[in-house]
Amino acid sequence: MQRRSPFLIATLAFGFAFLYGPILLLILYSFNESRLVTVWGGFSTKWYAELFRDEQILDAALVSLRVGVFSATIATVLGTLSALMMVRFGRFRGRLLFTGMITAPLVMPEVITGLSLLLLFVALETAIGWPAGRGVDTITIAHTTFCMAYVTVVVRARLAGLDRSVEEAAMDLGARPLKAFLVITLPMLMPALVSGWLLGFTLSLDDLVIASFVAGPSSTTLPMVVFSSVRLGISPKINALATLLVILATVTILIAAWILWRQERERDRAVSQALAEDKGRHATGRRA
Amino acid sequence: MTGAAGPEAREQAERTWASPGASPGGPDRDRPLTPIQRLVARFGRGLVIATPYGWLLLFFLLPFIIVLKISFAEFRLGVPPYTPLVTWLEGGYLHLKLALGNYLFLLDDPLYITAYLTSLKVALVSTVIALLIGYPMAYAIARSTPPWRSVFLLLVILPFWTSFLIRVYAWIGILKNNGLINNALMALGVIDEPLPLLNTEVSLYVGIVYSYLPFMVLPLYATLEKLDVSLLEAAADLGSRPFKTFLTVTLPLSLPGIVAGSMLVFIPAVGEFVIPDLLGGADTLMIGKVLWSEFFSNRDWPVASAVAIAMLVFLVVPIVIFQHHQQQHADRTEAG
Repeated sequence: MQRRSPFLIATLAFGFAFLYGPILLLILYSFNESRLVTVWGGFSTKWYAELFRDEQILDAALVSLRVGVFSATIATVLGTLSALMMVRFGRFRGRLLFTGMITAPLVMPEVITGLSLLLLFVALETAIGWPAGRGVDTITIAHTTFCMAYVTVVVRARLAGLDRSVEEAAMDLGARPLKAFLVITLPMLMPALVSGWLLGFTLSLDDLVIASFVAGPSSTTLPMVVFSSVRLGISPKINALATLLVILATVTILIAAWILWRQERERDRAVSQALAEDKGRHATGRRA
Repeated sequence: MTGAAGPEAREQAERTWASPGASPGGPDRDRPLTPIQRLVARFGRGLVIATPYGWLLLFFLLPFIIVLKISFAEFRLGVPPYTPLVTWLEGGYLHLKLALGNYLFLLDDPLYITAYLTSLKVALVSTVIALLIGYPMAYAIARSTPPWRSVFLLLVILPFWTSFLIRVYAWIGILKNNGLINNALMALGVIDEPLPLLNTEVSLYVGIVYSYLPFMVLPLYATLEKLDVSLLEAAADLGSRPFKTFLTVTLPLSLPGIVAGSMLVFIPAVGEFVIPDLLGGADTLMIGKVLWSEFFSNRDWPVASAVAIAMLVFLVVPIVIFQHHQQQHADRTEAG
């Protein structure tokens, strides 16, 4: 801090205590022997054992993982294309409408998105017979739609900040636009694609409202199970599940941040080295 | 693409010093195009545009049109549980009159109007509280030294990656009658009976502010971080007191962050369902919860659709402000 103002330090301390206190308490009480969540009855891991015996939770977790992987992947592809359109394509017909449609899901209340997609699926089913019933497919489509908006934001920021000279150099050397994109631009966008994918995966794994609307009776996602059990009251089993989810998220983010940081450093070094060599060659070329 | 003329010109220039053995067009361009490559070369741009565009038209715009349509339909028992509008052709006038009934119903029943007003009030108050907590936090992070800044930023982002539902759930254990706060206060002898905290307006605000705080801090940080410190120094050199400098320089310059953060909190908070359902009281009726029960408990799709459309009408202005702001921000970064 430039000037260690006690007020600012206090704000940060309060803010982070507010953000992390409840999560830390949840983790602490997941190791509580007592069924009464707020009374400490000694250390125990029995709730974790019970969690892994709960078929309903395990099945729901599998459904959520499947939906998450598929929707994050499709959303990353569509979101990258959208970012490319918005940053590189200049004007195209219907740009304004597209901009509206790609940013609106960021703030659209979930109940509206969920209801509207469900009504679409029902209307499609009556009109063309697809999707027959609702389940993993419809949840995946719904999640892809709002995840791609987030991926677009992430990739767009990266694409806008990208140095185009390397890409242009590739085209100067005879690469066609598509090849230049695949060989040069895509690897440089990789950090954004990874964070976009992870963001999409997390959002999908986390969504309760939209999934509740578009899920059929046979497909239940993890948040849906958690929600119905939380509605009935606090359960130490949910604390154990929460702890596992928090640890998983933290570890993933830290690993991703570390890998991206290392890749970034290596690529920067490779690019600057190549540019230095290139400069040297140009110099000798001109002299000859 | 705008740079299309650039590479060609440079290519010409570079050929003059290229070694005579190298093929002028490079190894890639001499090879004849395969049919797929020809397709890509010809329709590539169109394909890139059509895929996400088509997806959004089908899964974002079309659903809204259907919601709008069904909000003018009537409830009936059956599959689908609403009347078709196609019969308009025969008895159009009669149908239109009946169909507006959903909206008249919303206006008629004080439940809906109260729910809309409550939602707007709760969202507004939550946004102000989040701003009051989030602004100093963002300011402190932006003014901290680089290694700490990354740590603080990661700490703000991390809760966003952990389950929203679980974070709301965590507060039940803290706020309920035999929860942490009440147990602590009773042990200290401050109170004899547990304070009713859970399922009140207090718990509702705590839940919303807690869940949406990172959305407020991040855009604020983004504008405060770019703030030119020399402006603050200049103001101080000219004799401005720190607080006055803050009011006249820092605050106006961080306005874009304030707008973005507030919209990111306000708009989703209006339609919030999970937090009012788990933490809110029975008497604080929010519109997201009304829509949910209209749909899942009453199974009245037309009224649920009308509720959704009415909610959108309330939210159009903030959403447009948000989009306009996003666009300006993107244009700035893409230009710079």
